[in-house]
Amino acid sequence: MTLSEYLLLVTGMSLVTYLPRALPLLYLAHKTLPQWFVDWLGLIPVAILSALLAPILFTDPDTRSLEFGRPELIVAIPTLLFAIKTRSLGGTVLVGMLLYWLAGVLL
Amino acid sequence: MHTKTGHHENGRNDTATIIRQGAGAAWPICLGYLPIGLAFGVLARQNGLEWWAVGLMSVLVFAGSAQFIAVAMMASGAAVPAIIATTFFVNLRHTLMSSALAVHLAGIRRWFLALFAYGITDESFAVNMSRFREDHWDHRRALTVNHLSNATWIAATIIGALAGSLVPQGAFGIDYALTGMFICLLVIQIYGVIYILTAVAAASVSVAWYMIVPGDSYIVGAAIMGATIGYILKKPLERCFSGRRS
Repeated sequence: MTLSEYLLLVTGMSLVTYLPRALPLLYLAHKTLPQWFVDWLGLIPVAILSALLAPILFTDPDTRSLEFGRPELIVAIPTLLFAIKTRSLGGTVLVGMLLYWLAGVLL
Repeated sequence: MHTKTGHHENGRNDTATIIRQGAGAAWPICLGYLPIGLAFGVLARQNGLEWWAVGLMSVLVFAGSAQFIAVAMMASGAAVPAIIATTFFVNLRHTLMSSALAVHLAGIRRWFLALFAYGITDESFAVNMSRFREDHWDHRRALTVNHLSNATWIAATIIGALAGSLVPQGAFGIDYALTGMFICLLVIQIYGVIYILTAVAAASVSVAWYMIVPGDSYIVGAAIMGATIGYILKKPLERCFSGRRS
């Protein structure tokens, strides 16, 4: 890939990354939103995080098939309990990393 | 601007307090971005990108998974339009996050929103959404979270490109940093039964969609379906619970 092609690539990528992040915010923040829409949007964070997380825990990325015994899922259980107990983001990241590292050594 | 003047220390609005509280919320994100940014830098360097080209992409694009995919596609000789189109679909989920943030950033000036939008990622979004539930959290603290995460990402990817081959692969469980972060972010976004049902619905749809449909459409598809299922169940559930209490 030549330099000009690369510059074209990153410029295009920046546009298609920035516009989906900016347009809804710029438009919706200056409008009065209907209550049902606000309520629905309130469920979006949980829904997105769950949608991002579930395939990581419950599937094998190479075959895209169900898999319940992967270290990602096993480590997630104590990590989840730690998160519920402490609600500490940094602590949970560190505990998850430590357990995953241990799982790699032991399993 | 000073609509939220709290009486305790959390509500102070001087720049130092805002940056300190923003950093307090952002550091787990930075911790998670560091290994992933390093890994991206190493990968990009191995595929022939110079450190400044890596930095340029991180500054202009700032989208972790899309950047990984772009480098992989470049390595396999994909055409520029194909990579841009893929980036668009991978990042489409941010329209949902941008919309949800609009509820908490209502009436804020447009130039600020334009700047803020640049830093909306899965992680900064989730951290800011949970913090906005606390009354002292505002757009300036949220912007601090975005920019600190962004700065860490840019620095980590450049360092990875320059010296990353010195970092051993998979050391200290760093591959689990983002997963651990998602787990905790999910937990702190749960405010009641309806949120749990929404999470279960989104997870089920996501896994099924992921197995059936190639690509990344499962994130947006499952998020919309999960939130809609939760929304539909909300009314009857509230009626059921309030009926039991009264």
